[in-house]
Amino acid sequence: MAEKNKNNDRSDLNKVPFSMRVRPYLIVAPSLIITIGIMVPFMMAIWYSLTNYSFKLPSHKFIGIANWVNMLGDASFWGAVKISLLYGIITTALEMLIGVGVALLLNNLNNGLSKVLRVLLVFPLMIAPVTATIVWQLMLNSSVGIVEKLLNLFGVYNFPWAAAPGTALMTVVIIDVWINTAFIILLVLAGLQSLPKSPFESAKIDGGSAWFNFTNLTLPMLKPSLYIALLFRLMAALQEYAVIFALTKGGPGDSLMSLSLTAYQKGFKFQKFGAAIPFILVLWLIINIAAKRIVNLQRAAQKQAAGLED
Amino acid sequence: MRKLLSVMMATLIAASALAGCGSSGGQPAGTGTGADAGSKAAEEAGSADAGAKASETPAASSGEFDWKKFDGEEITVLFSEHTYADAVEEKLGEFTEKTGIKVNYSSMPEGNYFEKLNVELSSHSGSIDVFMTGAYQSWEYATAGNLEPLENYIGTDLTSPDWNYDDFIPAVIDALKWDLVPGHPVGSGSQWALPMGWEVNILTYNKRILEEKGIKPPKTAEELLEASKALKEFDGSGSYGLAVRGLPDWGTIHPAYMSMYSTWGAKDFEIENGKLVSKVNSPEAVAMTEYWVDLVKNGGAPQWATYGWEMCGADLGAGKAAMMWDADRGGYTQNTPGSSNEAGNLAFGMVPYPESAGKTEADMKSNLWVWSMAMNADSAKKEAAWYFMQYFTSPEFMLWSGVEKACTDTPRTSVLNSDAYKESVAGAEGYYEAFSTISKDASIFFTAQPYFTETTTEWAKTLQDLVTTDKYSSVQEAMDQLKETMDELVSDLEVE
Repeated sequence: MAEKNKNNDRSDLNKVPFSMRVRPYLIVAPSLIITIGIMVPFMMAIWYSLTNYSFKLPSHKFIGIANWVNMLGDASFWGAVKISLLYGIITTALEMLIGVGVALLLNNLNNGLSKVLRVLLVFPLMIAPVTATIVWQLMLNSSVGIVEKLLNLFGVYNFPWAAAPGTALMTVVIIDVWINTAFIILLVLAGLQSLPKSPFESAKIDGGSAWFNFTNLTLPMLKPSLYIALLFRLMAALQEYAVIFALTKGGPGDSLMSLSLTAYQKGFKFQKFGAAIPFILVLWLIINIAAKRIVNLQRAAQKQAAGLED
Repeated sequence: MRKLLSVMMATLIAASALAGCGSSGGQPAGTGTGADAGSKAAEEAGSADAGAKASETPAASSGEFDWKKFDGEEITVLFSEHTYADAVEEKLGEFTEKTGIKVNYSSMPEGNYFEKLNVELSSHSGSIDVFMTGAYQSWEYATAGNLEPLENYIGTDLTSPDWNYDDFIPAVIDALKWDLVPGHPVGSGSQWALPMGWEVNILTYNKRILEEKGIKPPKTAEELLEASKALKEFDGSGSYGLAVRGLPDWGTIHPAYMSMYSTWGAKDFEIENGKLVSKVNSPEAVAMTEYWVDLVKNGGAPQWATYGWEMCGADLGAGKAAMMWDADRGGYTQNTPGSSNEAGNLAFGMVPYPESAGKTEADMKSNLWVWSMAMNADSAKKEAAWYFMQYFTSPEFMLWSGVEKACTDTPRTSVLNSDAYKESVAGAEGYYEAFSTISKDASIFFTAQPYFTETTTEWAKTLQDLVTTDKYSSVQEAMDQLKETMDELVSDLEVE
């Protein structure tokens, strides 16, 4: 009897419709295909970094870690790491500071003017970074630029901007901040407006100061949004290519040759892909480490904001 | 963990973009037909001389030339945005009407044109049939097997009897021939491309400003330096004497700098014991570069290191730069009526020669740039592509584009000598005289080798360091270091 029941169970199992049986696989399929689509070029990148792959050669061959060894022994590599880190950290820090400050002001203002400002502040995000950079290049031009005319009023003439290594980084940072601060403003403003009102009302009844409210209520509850903004901006800033390329192509000298620019130059201009890819993989590693750290902080902040953890 | 994974995925996309681009578009380089084409081209280049073949073979079989032979075929053309390309685009309809060949035409700005072209050609997919190139770039493409040798078509029955090969100015057509041996001069071997237009690099000056300041148009390098220094801030902050390019790429080296470098008697490379050896630290090269650094520092644009040809031309046209040393057509286009503030005030000089180095007018040398069109070795429609190339390099088309479409740097002798052409350029003072004088000794003064882009980029970066930093204690030190870098870059080249 028991044997019979067991057989019945099996036949029941076989009666599960085909559509039900394949459903789990169908649900997973899109993400699986996307993952494969991402991983194939990535694995190919690793493979090419171990070859002498070049547009100029009729074929390529495995050369071990020669490209990696050459890169590590190349002074321009360490310079590129420094430029990428400096650019990423300085632009992100400035954009976070200005973005959060402006978002807090707009949130408090909350009138007709703030509504107009919210629309205007998004304008830089609507312009392609290359176009924005060319506009800035004209504004900073020592012959016809409006910024030069303004500086002349203060007795400053022929400020070199991107034309001198000492001021080139500052110039591209200014342009990046102009373009991308609006992104932080938008994210933080959305975060501020989603905060619950009751804690602030309680604090008001208890007579809490504005500083007390900011440090004890706004900031802790806003932290998850801040980390998200930080994550996106830092990742993009470390990879930045368009602003630097459009303004100076990495010059003067090597003063703005970041990892992205160096990889582009070696890969597309000099047509040496095997030598270029290690630079971009190092950039990936740096971004990965930074992103992992920020994601951990964001998770902790989210728990804290939800009152699950002190 | 899931969040971490999603972050990793996002960064993976960015990291793999480079490889994705490189591998997109088809088979790996190693298995492509380009490899075969490259070796085949190398064999042919070694034995064939395109010019000799063209002269020996009758231009075409007798009888009416069949322009409709490839009726119904479709080709793809990629050009860099330029006056020459505009002229071609305007006549595409007439070409299709005459031949029945449909043309998928696209063009893009010069800034990233060659990078885009590199990717297309390296895929060996034959996605482009005809494209624009320069002589320097053709050294790299021909070595990689991307270019179809044109002697396979010139002088065969695929060429119209009206298309006259011998009518091309010898220096210009020869600039597009090379035998693929690094270090060998251009002018022999296969014909890798056909000229669309060419540029000599001469001084353009604003005669209004020079007259107002009581300065004579400079003829020598010493006069140029003196005039550039005297014209510093001639019209307030931001105005300056001489516009020259300064970006960190080959474009900074090839126009004015290389012209003066060659006039001074310096060479980029020489062949020693079967190897290319850089000569950028020779006494002539160092003396010339010392002069150049002084010229740019004290007479150039305050933001020189960010200047390409567009900015140089714009400043000359706006009256912010009193002089410019760049491609002749850069000044010419600023001088046509209505094109700029200073249109009509610009005049053309020659190549300033260094008297202090014992040079005279007879030593003036202008480095050549030749915008050309070439055929992709992987094209599946080579005959139709050749029809396109011969139509748009024909004497008839070039006379029209030279006279009507401001393609004044004509590569054809018949156009240069025509009354219609002379009349069309008569409005630009000194232009015809300068162009016809300088073109006699104009040539490509770079050594033909497939690492041209790398070596000139390093060269331009060194110039930027010399002008904008105190990185080097002397020009000699900088050029010694540059020589080492250039030697290393070309170290794998064997010169037979």
